[in-house]
Formats: sequence, structure tokens, C-alpha cells
Amino acid sequence: MEDVITLDYGSGGQKTAELIDSLLVPAFSNPALNVLGDGAVLEGNGQLVFSTDSFVVSPWKFPGGNIGRLCVCGTVNDLCMAGGLPKYLSLSLILEEGFPLSCLQEIVASISEEAARTGVIVATGDTKVVEKEKGDGIYINTAGIGFLRAPFLGKDRIREGDRVLLSGSAGCHGAAVMMARAGLVRTDSAKPGNALVSDCAPLTKLSAAALASGTIRLMRDPTRGGVATTLNEFVENGPLCIELTEAAIPVDPPVAAACDLLGLDPLYCACEGRMLAVVDSKDTDRVLDALRSTPGGEQAACIGVVTRSRPGCVLVTTRLGGRRLLPKLSGLQLPRIC
Amino acid sequence: MPCDSAFKNPKDAQLVLEKIAQLSGRTGPVRLMEVCGTHTMSIARTGLKSLLPAQITLLSGPGCPVCVTPAGAMDAVFALAKDPHILLASYGDLLRIPGTQRKTSLLSQKAKGARVESVYSPMDALRLAKAHPELEVVFLGVGFETTAPGTAACILQAASEKLSNFSVLCLLKRTEPALRSLIEAKDFGVSGFLCPGHVAAVTGSDAFSFLPKDYGLPAVVAGFDAADLLYSVAELMRMLADGRPGLKNEYVRVVRPEGNPAALSLTDRVFSPCDAFWRGLGCVSKGGFAIREEFALWDSARKFGFSFSEGAEPPGCCCAQVIRGVVPPTDCPLFGKACTPQDPIGPCMVSSEGACAAAYRYRQIPL
Repeated sequence: MEDVITLDYGSGGQKTAELIDSLLVPAFSNPALNVLGDGAVLEGNGQLVFSTDSFVVSPWKFPGGNIGRLCVCGTVNDLCMAGGLPKYLSLSLILEEGFPLSCLQEIVASISEEAARTGVIVATGDTKVVEKEKGDGIYINTAGIGFLRAPFLGKDRIREGDRVLLSGSAGCHGAAVMMARAGLVRTDSAKPGNALVSDCAPLTKLSAAALASGTIRLMRDPTRGGVATTLNEFVENGPLCIELTEAAIPVDPPVAAACDLLGLDPLYCACEGRMLAVVDSKDTDRVLDALRSTPGGEQAACIGVVTRSRPGCVLVTTRLGGRRLLPKLSGLQLPRIC
Repeated sequence: MPCDSAFKNPKDAQLVLEKIAQLSGRTGPVRLMEVCGTHTMSIARTGLKSLLPAQITLLSGPGCPVCVTPAGAMDAVFALAKDPHILLASYGDLLRIPGTQRKTSLLSQKAKGARVESVYSPMDALRLAKAHPELEVVFLGVGFETTAPGTAACILQAASEKLSNFSVLCLLKRTEPALRSLIEAKDFGVSGFLCPGHVAAVTGSDAFSFLPKDYGLPAVVAGFDAADLLYSVAELMRMLADGRPGLKNEYVRVVRPEGNPAALSLTDRVFSPCDAFWRGLGCVSKGGFAIREEFALWDSARKFGFSFSEGAEPPGCCCAQVIRGVVPPTDCPLFGKACTPQDPIGPCMVSSEGACAAAYRYRQIPL
């Protein structure tokens, strides 16, 4: 193998086969994949949940993860939030000519590790190579299939009086990537609880814990647009309102500090391993306990309540006691000047 | 969040608010102005306006660096961006600012093929220049006394390395002349100033002593969290109630009376004061920084013959009056209708620190 990706690796010929046989199949080995057919034949019964997501994160490696981990968690989490139990992934790699093979190996190892951790298999895949400067190192698309276990979730299930839970600190992923992009943190400084790290993690266990412990109306992972935007999507164009208590929203101090520095708001920064859940108020404590006793959910908190005070809006009571609207994100979050 | 973290106990905030309410009984209606985009955002995010007595109006002045950059300058920047040999390096804030034409911005230029990169510091722009010897890298130097020293350091570095494909388009502004111009305008109606803590960290708090001395206006150099803002408002109210305007430095943990001499001398080494266009204020005498002759090789204006006029404001847009605190954002006929953060017309709706964006994003809800 060469030490960088060349156009030959995307030719469909011998070099492509070399990449598949020496790197990809050994990393993901399973009966569905190993036959290397044009498509995978899968086992399963029941209603399916199907989702897809593309990953273009830059830099591909950030504190607390890399694009490989992210491409598994992103799709797995979408399936979980839709009430599914994730089972199968497809993996499509778009590589830029010149991308170091060692980096690809690191990414593939992360994908393999994360897939094993979440109980999904990579059942089918594809590799393409684009010319130098026609891509940003690596892009990945994954699609996922899961089996529906919670068929009762939806915005229309939300009731007045319901509580809004968040499973951990807001904004970790967005803040970590922005800081890495600015060259202000080392991309390998992954000491949880210490430095600024992405929250990139699968929500399989947290969502299962929530579903098993109470009446859940709706679950979503607040990725792009962050907690603020996702909560707005829960109530927009409807008769209900979400009222948040700012002091109750967990924000890790390094995230708060990074956002302060860059002029960002943690409530608009992406999470990649957190879930928002709207729960029946009588089950609030039970669901919170279940989340808090699941790894990754230690900081889970009840951050708000569903009311009718301003239909279609999200309101927040600030620490100071002031009250304001919390609208959706408009456009990109751009770092400020001073 | 840092901007709210100073009050561990909400009751402390309550005590200060009660004091402010008492004082407002003695002062009657007052209008207090901040002149810093970070203050604008902190006030909005903490919901401070919804907590203050009705007699106190908080106004945003010309404190958002991209908002005060005139539309004409943006037009000239867009023209520069059309040159395929030029790579424009800009702070992210500036990317969405429109020129005199609607829906023109550096982001839209970028989508059409212009080379535009968002950077966090002028040193990033310098690195771009080294990485792209085939291109001319132009750094858009906007901001106040806060960003001037870093920009100066960058020009000195480029000069010491004899980097020939790097230059700075200097649109930097000076605070004091702009404040004087604002105060001396006929429609000025502000009772006191919350002075910008970041600027004062560089210039020193003494740089604002002209406010009480020359104009009899109370001034407090303020920090940025909720406690800073509340105490600073209380301090302004106390001076107004006592009829004894003075200068107070609330942000003592960061700001010294004499400022940061190293930063000031860097600025002075590279820049000299010049007349400059401010959106809303027009041409302000000595209201900007120009790159000294000695560093002409790194001055984009000289290198590319860059010049611009003030430029007309988009029809109906009140940004010029909003910047001076004469019209509140919500009184602009376009606010929230034709002009929103998704589809902005004026710069105050675009910048994350613009008064209109703050008023729109963080609309206060009565308790």
C-alpha cells in the first residue's frame, strides 16, 4: 500500500480491492459484508427505522473524537431518537487524493470500535477518490437501519405540563470543533472532565434507559443548531410553548469559556452525544434517575416545562431572573471580532 | 455561562436591582448607552432590560465594529474580492455584512468563486499568505483599539519577514473621536455611558475621563457578566442621582487607569490617527487608524489603490440612526419584517453583536 491515497485507490480495480481487502474488510468483518456482493442481505423482522447522514467535519480529528466516531454516532443516534434499535450501517468513503493512509487507518479503527460499542455492523460500503483540492481530505456518508421499538414518539404527543430533559452539557461538540478549527486546542487533548472535548457518543443506552423508565413523548439529539434550535422545532407552529430555566441547563465550564472567547452561545452549539426528551411530568424523576445512572447521562437535568404562555415559542428565564425568547439559529454561527 | 456566572445567589442581584429602583426614583427617566458589542449581547442574553425600572432605557451605541463599517467600504471590498489573485482573510463577523446593494456580502461573493477565508486572528492571515505565495492575501482589519495592537504586531511580523504577498486593509476605528462626534450631534440624548471594558483594557480607563470632564456625563468602565453590568448601571444611577458625574472603573480586575502600554506602543508604532467614515456618524475627524508610511508595502489601500465613499444606506434602513442610539431597533420600519437575521438589510441585523440582531434574537418578554 502507498502511504497516501492516490486516484488509483478509487479506480475500482486492483488498488481499490487492495484497500478493501487489507483495511476495510478486516476492520468490519461480518457475514453480510464479507461476501462483498453488490448489496448486503440482512436478517430481520418488524418495522424498520431508516436514516442517513453525511459527515464533512473539518478538522477531521477534534478533541474527543474524529470523523469516524462521528459517522457511526450520528446515524446511530438518529435511529435511536426515532425510537429504533440500530442494527446495520452502510459506509461510503469519499477520499481526497493525497489523504494520508495512516489517517484513514485511524478513522477506520474508530469506526470499527464505535460500531462494536453500539452493536451495529457495517454491512455494505463504497469507496471513491476525488482529485486533490476537490475534497477536504475525507467525507463520509453512513446510512443506518434499525428496528422500531418505540412506535409512539412524536411532536403531536407533547402535552402542557410535560417536562424537558437534557442528558448532559450543551454545546460540547460544537465548541470543541470551533476551538480546534481556530487552532486553540490540541486535537488530541482528550481528557474527559478536564479539557474541552466533544461529547460525540452513541445514545443507544441512554435512549433505552429513558424509554424503559417512563412515558416519553419525543426524543431528539440536538446536533446542528444546538439545544435552542431543536426545542424550537418541538413547538413551532403549534399551541404549546417551552419555558426553560437557564440555571438548570448543564454547560461544562470549558464549553462556557470557549463560547465566551469565540462569541458563541452554547445553546446554539451542536451536541453529538446528548439527547433532549420531553416526558410526562409524573415520570420526570424516574427518567432523570435512569439517565443519571447510565454512563454519559450523569449530568442529566430537567431544564424546562411545556406551557401555553407563548404558543410556538421557546422562552428562557435567565440566571438574573430576566425573561427572553430563545429563537432558532439563523445561519452559521460566526466567530466574532473582539 | 460566564456572562451570568458572577451571581451565585440570585438574591444578590435582587439587592442591586432594588438599589437601582430606589435611585431611579430620584433621577427620573434616564437613557444609558453602552458602546460595545459584547455589552449589547450580554445585556440581551441576561435579560437585563426586562428587570430594570421603566425609567431606565438602555441604548446601544456605535460599539459593533462591523456595524460601523460603512456600506461604501463593503462595496469596495467586494470589488477587491473579484480579483482572482486576491485572497481576502476576514473575521467571521464581517462575512455577512451587506454593501449598498441588497444581498451582497462576502459570503455571497465566496459562493460565486471569490477567495474568502474566515480567520480568528490576523496571524492566521499571515499564515495563509505563507501557504499561498501565488496569491495576494488581504486581511480586513476592522475593529477598535482592541484589535489594533494584534493587527500592528502582524504588520511588524510581515515587515520583519519581508513577506511581499500580505497586506492589511485598515478599517480600524478610534473610540474617543466617535463618542465626541456622537455627543456633539444635535439629537444626542444620553444621560451616561457604560464604557467598553475591552477597549479600556488597552487604552486605560483614563481614556474615558473626557466624558465627565468635557461633557459632564457620568461614565463607568464595565465588565461583561451580569454582575458587572448591574453594578455599573447602579453606579451610573448613583452619580446621576447625586448630580456628580465622574468616571468609575468597575472592571478593575482587567482594566488599569493607564491601560496596556505594550499594546498602545505597538499600535502607535504602526498606525497614526486619520479621518474615517463611520456608518451613522459620517466622517469623524481622527476617528480611525491609518498604516504609517513606513509600512506602506503592507497597506492594501496603497497597494491596490483602495478607496471608498461612505455609500448610501439601503432604502428604509435605520442602521445609521440605530448606531447612534437615536432610533431603537424595534422602531425601524424594516425590523423583523423585511429585515431579519435570515434575510438582513442593514449591518446591525447581521453582526452577532449588532443592536438589531440582539433585539431580534433575544426579544425580552415581560415577566
